[in-house]
Amino acid sequence: MMINPHDDRYGLNRTVAFGPDQPLELDCGVRLSPLTIAYETYGTLNSDASNAVLICHALTGDHYVASKHPITGKAGWWDRMVGPGKIIDTSKLCVICANVLGSCMGTTGPTSLAPDGRAWALRLPVITIRDMVKAQAMLLDYLGVNSVLAVIGGSMGGMQVLEWAATYPERIKNAAVIASAARHSAQNIAFHEVGRQAIMADPNWRGGAYYETGSAPLAGLAVARMAAHITYLSEAGLTEKFGRRLQNRDAVSFGFDADFQVESYLRHQGLSFVERFDANSYLYITRAMDYFDITGSRGMKLAEVLRSVRARFCVVSFTSDWLYPTLESRHIVHALTAAGAPVSFVEIDSPFGHDSFLLDVPAFDDVMRGFMTSVLREAGV
Amino acid sequence: MKQLRPDLAIIANAITSGSRVLDIGCGDGALLEHLASHKNVDARGIEISREGVSAAVARGLSVIQGNADTDLADYPTASFDVVVLSQTLQATQRPDAVLREMLRIGKRVIVSFPNFGHWRARLSVAIHGRMPVTAAMPVEWYETANIHLCTIADFEALCGLRQYQIAKAIYLIGGQPSQRRFMANVLAEQGLFVLSALVSDS
Repeated sequence: MMINPHDDRYGLNRTVAFGPDQPLELDCGVRLSPLTIAYETYGTLNSDASNAVLICHALTGDHYVASKHPITGKAGWWDRMVGPGKIIDTSKLCVICANVLGSCMGTTGPTSLAPDGRAWALRLPVITIRDMVKAQAMLLDYLGVNSVLAVIGGSMGGMQVLEWAATYPERIKNAAVIASAARHSAQNIAFHEVGRQAIMADPNWRGGAYYETGSAPLAGLAVARMAAHITYLSEAGLTEKFGRRLQNRDAVSFGFDADFQVESYLRHQGLSFVERFDANSYLYITRAMDYFDITGSRGMKLAEVLRSVRARFCVVSFTSDWLYPTLESRHIVHALTAAGAPVSFVEIDSPFGHDSFLLDVPAFDDVMRGFMTSVLREAGV
Repeated sequence: MKQLRPDLAIIANAITSGSRVLDIGCGDGALLEHLASHKNVDARGIEISREGVSAAVARGLSVIQGNADTDLADYPTASFDVVVLSQTLQATQRPDAVLREMLRIGKRVIVSFPNFGHWRARLSVAIHGRMPVTAAMPVEWYETANIHLCTIADFEALCGLRQYQIAKAIYLIGGQPSQRRFMANVLAEQGLFVLSALVSDS
């Protein structure tokens, strides 16, 4: 097979549409159609399509891994990791990242138009992590990529990596599961429910049918983001960054303004989030994460689910991540060990909580560099 | 490729091609990489330090951050042909339990450790009344990770007590391997034992 460099399937800001002849069979039983997938590719796919790496993004991430975000104008969310000469080296690899199903950034989600010409809103069937992965598999088929050298993801991205290993074990050669879990815990579900209730309590939400009203439930979505954002950090991190310092004032105001820097920071996080994210998408994607239990959905033990795995795994956790604690990663590692799969595991010392995988943590870079070095060497790329 | 440390070279020689090997306390994976590239071994490791695991992962090895005292329980019975514990037994919390777990997981076990019965160690204690600091045990007592030091005779006695079969014993005397038991507990700075599993599954 020859890859034409002008083939417009590859590059930044791409979309592919699958018509009624290619429905996506969702876990809930519905055949979803039409389906659009937004994605980006970086680097050049080689002639036998053997240098592809798939990156799976997290809850509020998107396919702008290493290119400027169209709304915020900020660098891609993993720009520090992905690029020419970087740890995931796009001068040697073809990196693919698809926006997940249910999102609001281009792939079919509640903001997309249903066949009746109106936005799906809450009429969109509830989706799962496996549905997201199945959609990615359709994208890989379309791109002519049979198997990927590596599938890599943090947080919800790590759940997709596990789902790839369980659903398409023959299509992945290496896998990196970062700050993730094989199932969503009660605490994880509880925090998500707080976020969803905040959205649904906003009078603008109107049962999800707000797209034609001109006013979205921004206040509810901002509160959801503020609550979630706390879970991505650590107490030590918050203390170091803000402590009890006051925001642009010398004394407390005896009122309910943002007296403290930490309040001001969280308000800012909430307000900037609503500019780039849709409230219904937040409901759908958090639900998909809550439903994620790779064993429960199959009625098997984790080691049995992963017994067909031939991919080499690298599992990483962070000491200060209390949302997806090390124990969850160890659970995955134990199962892979019992299944006889080749697996490496490291717990990285980092003060930044769950968000550590997105931040400048040199020890994490070391592990990822080691992992990618061996991936490239093994593939002869 | 760099030369293996002498005791690791002896261990490598004792491992047959194509076997499944678990190296506990594998450091940066030097032994495992040697075995993988020279003996086509399915190489796995456990290492306590993050730096060691990173280096091993970069070598293409599969290494889990963990320790011998707590993490062996996760491995299925008889899942490895050989389980290696080099220069680590004396640093474990429960050497007896670690050995038992190793013999459960592996069909054969290779253990090496510094010999506290070496004449230099004896002299240090007997003449100077001080804990020894030697090439095999280079760290002062207040900083060493070695909490369960033993002599070659102690180890043999434990094997006898637990009825572990010693398939082979190699003594490092002045860095040279020897199989002569005579005076080994005085002359050898290190002992290296190959044990076979309690119950053969074949």
